[in-house]
Amino acid sequence: MFTFENVTYLDILHVPSLTIHEHQKTCIVGESGSGKSTFLKLLNHMISPSEGQILFRGKNIAERDPIAHRRDVAMLTQHPVLFGESVKDNLLAGVRFAEQEEPDENACKQAIERFRLYKSLDDEAENLSGGEQQRLALARITLMDSPVYLLDEPTSSLDEELEHEVMENFMTFAEERKKTVIFVTHSRSIAENFSDETIDFHKYTLKGEGSS
Amino acid sequence: MREEMINLTLWQLGAAYVFILILLAIVRWRKIPREKQILIATIRMTLQLLIVGYILMLLFDNPHPLLTILVVAIMVAFSVRNISSRVRGELNKPLKRAILISMVAGSVVSLLYFNFIVIQLTPWYDPQYFIPIAGMIIGNSMTGVTLGVQTLLDGMNDQRQKVEAALMLGASPQAATKKWVNRAFDSAILPTINKMVGMGIVFLPGMMTGQILAGASPFIAVEYQIAILLGIIGSVSLTVILFVNLAYKVFFNERSQLLHNMGKS
Repeated sequence: MFTFENVTYLDILHVPSLTIHEHQKTCIVGESGSGKSTFLKLLNHMISPSEGQILFRGKNIAERDPIAHRRDVAMLTQHPVLFGESVKDNLLAGVRFAEQEEPDENACKQAIERFRLYKSLDDEAENLSGGEQQRLALARITLMDSPVYLLDEPTSSLDEELEHEVMENFMTFAEERKKTVIFVTHSRSIAENFSDETIDFHKYTLKGEGSS
Repeated sequence: MREEMINLTLWQLGAAYVFILILLAIVRWRKIPREKQILIATIRMTLQLLIVGYILMLLFDNPHPLLTILVVAIMVAFSVRNISSRVRGELNKPLKRAILISMVAGSVVSLLYFNFIVIQLTPWYDPQYFIPIAGMIIGNSMTGVTLGVQTLLDGMNDQRQKVEAALMLGASPQAATKKWVNRAFDSAILPTINKMVGMGIVFLPGMMTGQILAGASPFIAVEYQIAILLGIIGSVSLTVILFVNLAYKVFFNERSQLLHNMGKS
């Protein structure tokens, strides 16, 4: 699905050759600051390689419409971001940004409950804890009709038990709908339990800092 | 009603400077280090107004369309320069260009509509009307755009993470910045709206007061004041909406990626 051809980004990372397969769950592991977030941003076309090219389904990402590309390859930031006031506004933010069809209330409710978030859709999102906001952000992205999800440490604020449950539910959702998931994690057990393939980023890092 | 206004003699005008002496005495007594600025401000105000007075007299005595256009062009140029200097930090070229285009297009369109349709000036370039009206419209648009630039820059810098997160989900730059663009527009037009609310109750506006002092009927002065305020709100809205619609694009490259400089050079 993604093919890296001799890609360099500034003095942060260099990926000579790499292929990420469709419908798979690929996990990116590596030290803090090794350029993992930068790697996801390259896939999402938030940044462009300094050298080389990245192909998405055989086509150079640089030649694709960047907005259409991001709607196909939706990315979740490491720190959850709130859009709007209510839980519902936040859930619908993704589909609204991507100009996709809005799901009904039932689907919204199911989306948050999938991640054990039992809140009213009218509740104020600002009152949610950090971990709850992360789960809300995960629920938001599952409502989007994107073939690829990029997740940057999506469960970092959750305790281990909840983290496993949330990741399991997310991956079940992704498998049922034949989605491709590429995620970054610090947790060894998450990497081992929920990925088909693991990429250790150590070998692609040019220097030990500069991730963002 | 008195037809002629009281002509101030030099001695009478000089007497008004007593207020500055009072101010200087107060700051000296309270040991507030402001004497130098007060003196500079007083001298600048006096000199600038005297020069403007002479220039206006010259223009009124020799009305010419090119001269009127030249004065308006100078006003717009100064306002654009003023906006850039009043905003914190050095603005980059595309943002300065957005300010220039919006100031020229927004204020000139409003000015022409006001003079041709509302006032129906004859001749159209009559400097006695054209120049003061242009001053009010361009000056207020300048204040509006200054507020708009600052609010937009602050919003984009503070909320960079949010804008980025929206883009990552497939938002267009326009959708990702909509909230901060609207906020910039709102903060730019709010002072003018507040001015309208307080008009005639909290304060009597300068133009109206001037006309009344010059012997005009208060009713005519009020008519003019209403018209000019409507012209101002129109010009501020037009200028600022043009500006924000050009300016948000400055934060992105052609690949809809958020730039690092965020409007600064």
